[in-house]
This record gives sequence, C-alpha cells and structure tokens, in this order.
Amino acid sequence: MMKTIFKITTSVLLLSWASGFRSFPKPSPAWGIASDTIFNLGRPATPADINRWDIDVRPDGKGLPKGSGMARKGKTIFAQKCAACHGVTGVEGPNDKLVSTDSSQVKAIGNYWPYATTVFDYIRRAMPFNQPGTLTDEEVYSLTAFLLEANQVIKPGTELNAQTLPAVRMPALKKYILDDRTGGPIIR
Amino acid sequence: MKVLPGEKPTLLHTKVSRRKLLGGAAAAAIVLVEAPFASAVQMAVTQAELTDPTKIPGVPPGQVGTRSAFEKPVKKPSDISSRTPLQDLFGTITPSDLHFERNHNGVPAIDPAKHELVIHGMVEKPIVLTLADLKRFPSVTRICFLECSGNFRSGSEKLSPQDICGLTSQSEWTGVMLSTIFRQVGVDPKATWFLAEGSDAAVMTRSIPVQKGWDDAMIVYAQNGEAIRPEQGYPFRLFLPGYEGNMSIKWLRRIEFSDAPYLTREETSKYTEPVKDGKIRYFSFDIDARSIITFPAYPAQVQKGWIEIRGIAWSGRGKVQRVEISTDAGKSWHSASLNGPVLDKAHTGFRYLWQWNGRETEIQSRVTDETGYRQPTYQELVTARGSKGGYHFNPITGWILKPDGRVLLSNG
Ligand code: HEC
Repeated sequence: MMKTIFKITTSVLLLSWASGFRSFPKPSPAWGIASDTIFNLGRPATPADINRWDIDVRPDGKGLPKGSGMARKGKTIFAQKCAACHGVTGVEGPNDKLVSTDSSQVKAIGNYWPYATTVFDYIRRAMPFNQPGTLTDEEVYSLTAFLLEANQVIKPGTELNAQTLPAVRMPALKKYILDDRTGGPIIR
Repeated sequence: MKVLPGEKPTLLHTKVSRRKLLGGAAAAAIVLVEAPFASAVQMAVTQAELTDPTKIPGVPPGQVGTRSAFEKPVKKPSDISSRTPLQDLFGTITPSDLHFERNHNGVPAIDPAKHELVIHGMVEKPIVLTLADLKRFPSVTRICFLECSGNFRSGSEKLSPQDICGLTSQSEWTGVMLSTIFRQVGVDPKATWFLAEGSDAAVMTRSIPVQKGWDDAMIVYAQNGEAIRPEQGYPFRLFLPGYEGNMSIKWLRRIEFSDAPYLTREETSKYTEPVKDGKIRYFSFDIDARSIITFPAYPAQVQKGWIEIRGIAWSGRGKVQRVEISTDAGKSWHSASLNGPVLDKAHTGFRYLWQWNGRETEIQSRVTDETGYRQPTYQELVTARGSKGGYHFNPITGWILKPDGRVLLSNG
C-alpha cells in the first residue's frame, strides 16, 4: 500500500518534468565539432572499474546493498560515531540537526527530506564527516533506521533492508514541487 | 648606494657592505635584491632610494609573477566557503586565486596520473578516461560565470559586494564538450538523467538532465590559461554553463546514466528553496538574472562630483540584455552602458556616469536578460515566494550614499 502511493507520486512528478527536455538525443552542431565524429579514446570500463565506486542509491531502491538494520543497534553506533557532532539524540549539535518532527522546527530529515533512500546514500558516502566511507552496509542500515525512527517516520522496531527502505513514505514528499520556470517576466 | 662614475652600474654586481645588508640608521626599508650567483639577498635602502624607482635597479625576472605589495585583494573564507572580493576587481575575469570556493568536505589532493573518470550505466560502451585522454579530444574554450545558488547575504549596512554575493566568479574555461563523449559511449535514448560524482571527501553527487549534456555541458581541465586549480576541481570538473555551481561537480570521477534522477542529499536537503504555500521547490537549476553595483559600494568612500557607477550583471538563462541604474532609490531608471562583447551566461560589466550633488541618496542596479526576465526587488521576491531568503535569491541591491561620503548597504 505504502509502496504504491510512493511509486505513483514519484513517476508523476518526474515524468511531468522530464517532458520539458525532449529534443533528445541530438548531437550539438555548435563549437565547430563535426556532430557525428567518434574519437574512441580511453579504455573500456570493466565491472571492477565500475563496482569500486558505484554506491549510489535511487528512490526506487536501485543500488541498495544486501543487509539490514534496526534502530536499536543504530542508536549504539550513533552514540559512538556521530553524537560528537550531531548530539546524543541528533539535535544537540554542534553540526546539522538530524531530527525534526514538525514543520515549525529547523528543517531536518523528518520534515524536509522527500526520500528515505537519500538518508542511506548520504550517510554511506559522506559520514562520519571526519572518516567518510568507513561504515559497513549493516551499520548504515542501522543508522538510517535510528534516524528515521527518531524522526517518527517509521514505527519502532521496523527492520530496514533493500525492500523496506524504498517503501518508506516521507512526510515532506508532498511539499516538493518541480521548478518549472523558464525565464520571462514572471517573478516566482 | 649612488652609482658613481667608474662604479659598476648595477647592484647585481656590487659588493654589498655588511652595514647595508643588515640595515642601519639610514635604512628605510628592506628590499629583495638579486646577488651574484642568482641568490637573492635582503637589502636596506634609504627612503629616497625607495620612493624613486629610477634610482635603484628593479627586481630581475622571475619564474612566476607577483601582485604588487600594495595590492592585497583577498577572498573571505569561512569553514565551508570563500568569497570573491568583487569590489576589488576590474573587468569580468576573476583572477584564478580569487575564484570563490564552496566545498562540502575540503579540497582533495589528487595526482592526475592516478585519477580516473568512469562513465557507465545506460550506455553501449562504458569507458574509463584519464586527464591525458580528455586532452586528446577536440577542445573548446568559453568564458562563463559560475555562481553558488546560496549567494545572498544581508543583515548589516556594513556588507560589501563580497559579503553579499561573493559566491560568483568568472573564468575562461577550456575542456571537452560532454556531447563529444556522450557520442563515444553511446547513450541509451531511454536515459534521461546522469549522476555526476566527485572524488572529494563528500563524494559529492548531483543528478543532471541528459539534455544538458547534449546542449552545452563540458568537462573542463583548464581555467584562465592554466591547469584548473585544486580548489576548482583539479584535475578536471564538470562545467554546466548557467546552472547553479554545486552541479558542476569538481574532481569528477564518475558519470552514471539512468532513467530517473537520484534525489541526492544535495538536491533535496540542500539546494532546494521554500516557496509559497509551504512548498519546497527542487531541481531549480538555472541561475536567475542578477546584477550588483561594485563601485561605489561599502566600504568605499566617495566624494561629490562625477562618479562612474560600475558593476556586473549576469543570467544563467542567456545574455544580459539591459542594465538600468537608479540614483533615486528606484523611482526612476536609466540605461547603463554594457562593456561588450556581451557573452552568453557570463558576467557582463556595466557603467553609468553620474554627477552626485553630495546629498544622501540610494543607488541601485537591475538587469533584464534576453528571456525578458527582470531582476526583482527584495519585496517582490519575498511576496512571490513567501520567504525572506534561501537558494536562488537574487534581489536588487541598493547602496546609500551618505553626505560624508560613506557608502552603506540599503536595508542591511
Ligand atoms: C566530525 C563531525 C561529524 C561526525 C562525526 C558526523 N557528522 Fe554528520 N555532518 C557533519 C557535518 C559538518 C555535516 C554537514 C555537511 C555539509 O553540509 O556538507 C553533516 C551532515 C550530516 C547529515 C545531513 C544533514 C542534513 O540535514 O542535510 C546527516 C544525515 C549526517 N550528517 C549523519 C551523520 C551520521 C549518521 C554520523 C555517524 C555515522 C555522522 N553524521 C557523523 C559532521 C559530522
């Protein structure tokens, strides 16, 4: 049920926007380069070349690794590896507040982030700030669960994995509107 | 140190006395003088010798140039960014060492011989490119501005152009058109987006419409005639003319084609702006047209009489069409002269000659771009968006000229 709503909203948003860009795929004749020349430089990328860096995760879950995590474990990891900068409950700072459950507060995951997969992707690639890229996938799932639970986005005890994480519906998604401005006199 | 008849005419070959080397009562300054065998020594000179440059041989040619010791333009760094001193610059090219910086976890040290760019995803032929490979493609050189979309500050009348909007700079960029590379990898027609990823400690990622790659996107490895600086993405970066700076991923290491965007942290939690009715606007890529008077502006001190009002204007949607100046706080407007050639998606200089009668007044500039979009007032923006700031906030800036010649930010 949750998953269905999520899918519809996403595809409607993205389709309506992408349609503005449909003159694809015409090579640009500008810049004095013959529009069809192919130079064949570099070398073919092997699966190993790609796999060493391909860590991105999409809202539909593409890119999520195996493994799972729960908030209870995430809380312990957070205390060890994150609390020094974000506070024990994620709001005491000194760096970004990570928990917010109503729109009057500072923008944070609970009231501003439109997709739960982004929490996983960002923590895995960029945190902890002083030791980025050192967390295991299990740790990232656990930390994601801890933060989503603290933001009251998921029910206590929810297990997050490659199937359940993309199905999480974020409260802020409904606030997101695509930029459809294309210049001209209107101020928006 | 006078050169007497029969004495050797240059200090380079003069035996330097111990008194002069260490400085004595007569010493007014210490200058650098090249001694025999190409070593430089510090030398004390008298006031007369210092003030008359024709009485002392100058510094010989060097390996790299230096700024005059009397000129000290500096960026203004914080933990996360560093701002261009717009009020200290002339013309429209930002000296590379004064180009603004915004990074999300420092500037990485990258050995170009070890750095690779992987291009994969929805393509026929995934490839790996090095800097050397990129330089073998046909090159394109283009002058463009680059601006961070979070480029608005207010809150004090003592803010300079650097403080208000120093997160914009302009360079001549050289590199390869992304479309040239797109053709080689054979982009799947069903791919609508690509993810660009940096090799910094933030492993910065943004989703970019494939169409931008076909239109005018580049991978650039040079800036203002030399290799791009580490702060700007050495050995190479993505460059998306007219788009908010964060998307021009520095230290580029990966491009992945996809049939959907990724909604990364930098395109959701950040680089989105609150608009009317509690909505959050995302994927706002284009930089809206903006202008700012850089002279006279805080902290300049001016005198009544002729003043050439100068500044820069730009738009991410094309060329600057017109800049207007008001010298009566926005009541009446007059066209400024544009310093041509006016380039697409580029800072464009403007000037307006004006005679100030010495009475307090407010001067403003506003730009109209080729789409017909005119830079709004602060109030117009606040009314349209229902918020007093945020990303892509480009209001008219006003400067108050005080009778004593001080120039202060209006509504600071
Ligand atoms: C050394 C300090 C430090 C540590 C330790 C640290 N962080 Fe961060 N964190 C930061 C900073 C600084 C930012 C903002 C980075 C930026 O804006 O580019 C941040 C941002 C974040 C954000 C995004 C906030 C937002 O609203 O956009 C999340 C989520 C986050 N951290 C989670 C974590 C987690 C989980 C850990 C532990 C594994 C952690 N951090 C450890 C300093 C730290």
